[in-house]
Amino acid sequence: MSLVQSVDWVAIAAPVIAALAGLALLVADLFLPPERKHLLGWGAIAGLTAAALSLLPLVGDHRATFCLTDTPDVCSYRADGFTLVVQLLVFGGAVLTALLSVHDVKETGLPAGEFWFLLLSSVAGAALLPAARDFATLIIALETASLPAFALVGLRRGDRLSAEAALKFFLSSVVATAVMLLGVSFVYAASGSLHFDVIADGLAKTDPRLETLATVGVALTLVGFAFKTAAVPFHFWVPDTYVGAPVPIAAFLSAVGKAVGFTGLILVTLLAFPAYHDVWGPVVAVLAALTMTAGNVAAVRQRADAPHSAVRLLAWSSVAQAGYLLVPIAAAGWSDDPSRAVGSTLAYALMYAVVNLGAFAVVAATGSRRIADQRGLYAAHPLTALALAFFLVNLAGLPPGVIGLFGKVAVLGTAVDAGLGWLAVVMALNVVVGLYYYLRWTAQLFREPAKDAAKVRMPRVLGAATAVAAVVALALSGAPQLILKFADQALL
Amino acid sequence: MNDTAMQLVLAAIVVVPLLGSVAALLPAPPGLRGKSPEQAVLRHGVTVTGVVFVLSLVLAAGFDHDHPATVQADTDISWIPALGIRLHLGIDGVSLPLLVLTALLTFLCAIYSYFNKPEGPSATAFVALLLVLESGMLATFAVLNLLLFFLAFEMVLIPMYFLIARWGGQQRTKAAWKFILYTLLGSVIMLLGFLLIGIKGGTFDMVALATDNGSNLSRSVQLIAVLAIGLGLAVKTPMWPLHSWLPDAHTAAPTVGSVLLAGVLLKMGTYGFVRLVLPVAPDAAHTYAPYLAAFGVVGIIYGSLACLALARTGAKGDLKRLIAYSSVGHMGFVLLGIATLTPTGLNGALFANIAHGLITGLLFFLVGALKDRTGTTDLDQLARGALYGKAPRLGGLLAFGAVASLGLPGLAGFWGEMLAMFGAFDPADGLSRPAFLAFMAVAGFGTLLTAAYLLVVVRRVCMGPHSGEVPKLPDVRGYEFAAWTPLVVLTVLGGLWPAALIGLTDPAVQKLLAGGR
Repeated sequence: MSLVQSVDWVAIAAPVIAALAGLALLVADLFLPPERKHLLGWGAIAGLTAAALSLLPLVGDHRATFCLTDTPDVCSYRADGFTLVVQLLVFGGAVLTALLSVHDVKETGLPAGEFWFLLLSSVAGAALLPAARDFATLIIALETASLPAFALVGLRRGDRLSAEAALKFFLSSVVATAVMLLGVSFVYAASGSLHFDVIADGLAKTDPRLETLATVGVALTLVGFAFKTAAVPFHFWVPDTYVGAPVPIAAFLSAVGKAVGFTGLILVTLLAFPAYHDVWGPVVAVLAALTMTAGNVAAVRQRADAPHSAVRLLAWSSVAQAGYLLVPIAAAGWSDDPSRAVGSTLAYALMYAVVNLGAFAVVAATGSRRIADQRGLYAAHPLTALALAFFLVNLAGLPPGVIGLFGKVAVLGTAVDAGLGWLAVVMALNVVVGLYYYLRWTAQLFREPAKDAAKVRMPRVLGAATAVAAVVALALSGAPQLILKFADQALL
Repeated sequence: MNDTAMQLVLAAIVVVPLLGSVAALLPAPPGLRGKSPEQAVLRHGVTVTGVVFVLSLVLAAGFDHDHPATVQADTDISWIPALGIRLHLGIDGVSLPLLVLTALLTFLCAIYSYFNKPEGPSATAFVALLLVLESGMLATFAVLNLLLFFLAFEMVLIPMYFLIARWGGQQRTKAAWKFILYTLLGSVIMLLGFLLIGIKGGTFDMVALATDNGSNLSRSVQLIAVLAIGLGLAVKTPMWPLHSWLPDAHTAAPTVGSVLLAGVLLKMGTYGFVRLVLPVAPDAAHTYAPYLAAFGVVGIIYGSLACLALARTGAKGDLKRLIAYSSVGHMGFVLLGIATLTPTGLNGALFANIAHGLITGLLFFLVGALKDRTGTTDLDQLARGALYGKAPRLGGLLAFGAVASLGLPGLAGFWGEMLAMFGAFDPADGLSRPAFLAFMAVAGFGTLLTAAYLLVVVRRVCMGPHSGEVPKLPDVRGYEFAAWTPLVVLTVLGGLWPAALIGLTDPAVQKLLAGGR
C-alpha cells in the first residue's frame, strides 16, 4: 500500500492556476518597466479567467482527491456541485474586482506587482476553501484567503485610515482564528479526527464525559466563523475596514470575503457537526436576527452628506445582508434535508455578489464616496444611474429587481419551511427597513443635480465593470432559475 | 376568437406597457419627435396605454361570456421551477372587469396628462413610471400564481412612490415614504402567508390551490397563513385601522396618481381577498369573516365621520383628503360584502369595487381640475366658490360624482353597497346572523352619514350666494370631457344595467365559493 496520496490535478486546477498566476505576476513585476505595469492587471484577469475555465471539465462530476490511503472514501478535497458554485462565485467576483482595480492601481499609485500577487493569493485561498473537507485544509484555506486581504486593505501607503483599517481587520480576524483553532482542537480531542466525515461520526457517539468538551468546541468554532462572516456582535471591523480600504478591495471583501465565511460555516455545520444541530441551529438563528437588525439600523442612520457615506452604507448593508445569508443555514438546523436549505444561501450569495459588486463599481466609477455627491447622477450619466438604481432595488428586493426579490423569497421560504416563523417575521421587517435606505439613495440619483456639480469623467474600464454587472443582473432577473436552481437541489 | 390569440392578447396586455416604459426612456425616432421631446413622450404614453386599452377590449370581446367561471386565455409556462413559479396567466369573470377598468383608467390618465402636463421633473420619467405602474396593476389581475401575484403586487410600489414624491403636492416626501413603507410592510407579511400556503399545500398555483379548497392545509396553517395574507391585503385595501397611509398619499399625489391609487391600487387588496383567501383557505375565511366585517363597518363609520369633520365650515378640510377618507368608507362596504361569504355579498363587493373605481376616479379628476383653476383644494376657500355660477358644467359634474358616490339608486354606486348589505342580511351558513344583522344596520347608518357629508360638500362648493362680479372660472375643457365622459357614461350604465357586470361575476363567484369546482 502506498503511503503517498494520489493527486487529481484536474480537480484542483482552479486554485492552483490562481496561485501560480499570482506568483508569475509577482516575478513579472520585477522585469516590467513602470510604464507597462498596467499589463499586470490584464495578466491577472487572464489568469482568473483561465482558472474559472478550468472548472468546466468538472461540471456534473464529483471528484475527490487527497484521500486517506487506508480509508479511500475519506478525502480532504472534493470538487462537487457545492464547490463549483462557490468557486464560480469566487472567480466571478474576482474578475469584477480586478476590472475595478485596473484603474485604481494605476491612478493611486498602488504597488502593482504586490497588489496583484496579494489579490490572486487571496482568491486562491477562497477557491480552495469550499473544497476543503478537513479542518486543516479549511483553516489553511481560510488564512490564505484572509492574510493577503489584510495587506490589501492597508496597501495605501501613508494613509492613516488605511493603516487603521488594516490593523482593525487584522486584529479581529486573528482573534477569530485563535478562537476557532481552540474550538477545533476541542473537537479533535472529542472526536479524534480532523476529517469532517469522521468527526460527524465521532461526535454522534461521543463519550458522555467528553460531551461538554465537544459542545464547547462546536460553539467556539462557530464564534470563529461569526467573526469571518461579520455576524453581530463581531461586526464592528466592517465599516472602518471598508472605508479605509481601496474601493475595489472593499468590494472584494463584501462579495468574496463574505462568501468565504459562509462557505466555511456551511461546511462545518452541515458536514462536521450534524449531530449538534440543536446547538448551532438556534445559535445561528439568533445571530441571523441580530445581524440583519443591527446592520439595517446602522445603515438607516447613515447621513448622505457624511464623508464616505456611500461606502459606509454599503458596509452596513453588507452586515444586514449577512444576516439574510445566515437564515437558510439556521433553517438547515431544523430541516430534514439541510443541504437543500443552504442552497438558498448560495443562490442569494451569488445574487448579492453581482449586484453589490455592481454598486461598488458605480461608486468607484463616479469617484465619489459620498451619497450626496451622486445627486442628479441621472442627468450626467443616465445609464450609470439606471444601473446603480437597478443594483440598489435588487439589494432592497423590489421589482424591477426580480432576482433580488426572488432571492429573498427563497431565503424566507427556507425559514418558513423549517418552522422558524419568528425569524421569517424578523427578516420581513428588516426588508422593509432596508428598502428605506436603498430607495433613499436611489431617489438621490434622479434628483436635480446640485448647481456646483462638476461633471465627472468616467474611466472606461470602470464603466465596463458596471456594464458587466448590470448585464448579469438583468439576465438573472429575466431567468432567475439560472441561480435559483441551486436553492432546489442538494449540492453537498 | 381562438385560444392562442386570447393568450397572446392577455400576455401583450401585461408586457406592452413594460416595453413602452423602456421605449419612453429612449430618444424618439425621427417622425415621432412632435413639437417638443416632452410632447412626444406624453403622446407615446397615450399611444401605449391606448393600445393596451384596445387590447383589453379585444380580450373582453373574445371572452366567452357564457362561461365566465372558467379561466380563459390560460397560459401556463414554467419560469422558475426551483421556487415553483410558473408564468400562469388567465382571466375569469372576477378579473376581467378589473382588468378593463385598469386599462381604461390608465388610458384616461394618459390623455389627461397629455393636455395637462404634470408639474414636476421630466415628462419622460413620468410616462415611464406610469407605464410600469400600469403593467404591475394589470399583472396583479391577470396572474394565477401566488408568487407572481406578489411580484405584481410589489411592482406598483416604486413607480407610485416616485409619482407621489416627485410630482406630488405639499408634504409629498413624507406621504410617499408612508405609502411605500406601510404597503411594503403589509406585503412582505403577506409573502410569508403565501410561502406557508405554498410549502404546506405543495403548489403556488392559485387554480390548483382553489380546487384543493384547503384540503391539504391543516386548520392552524390556514389560520396563520390567512392572518398574514389578510394583513397585507388589508393594508392595501385599506381596512380600518390600517388605513392611515391612504389619506396622506391621496392628498399628496398628483391627480393622475390619486385616480390610479383610488381607482385601481385599492382594488388589488379586495381582489386578493376574493381570489386567494376565500377559495384557498375556506376554514380560515369562515373564522375571520365576522372580524373582517366588523372592521369593515367600523371603517364605514370612521371614514364617514372623518369626512363630516373635514366638511365642516372652518375645519380647513382638504377636498382631496375628504375623498380619500370616503374611500375608506366605501372599501368598508366591499369588505362587508366579502365577509358575508355569500354570492350576493361577493357580487356586491365586486360591483362596488368597479363602481368605486369609476366614481372616485372621476371625483379625483374633478378635484384636480378644481385645483388647476383655483389653486387650492381647501374646502373653506372653495366654499366661497358658487361653482354652479362660475363653471356650471364642472359644478354639475361634481354634483353628479357626489351623488353617485353616496349611492343614489340608478347610478353605479347603489348596487354594490345595496348587495353587500343584502348579503349581510343573510350571511353564509355558520356565520352568526345576529352579528351580521348588526353590521348591516351600522352600514346602513353609514350610508346616511355618507349622504350627509357629500351633500354638505356639494352645497358648500357648488352652491352659494350669487355675486355678479366674481370672475368666471374656465369651464370644462375639451380634453377634460374626453377623459371624464367614459367614467360618467359607465357610472350611469352600471346603475341602469347592473346585470351586465353581475352576469360576469356571479358564476365565477359561485365557483370560488364552491371551491373551484
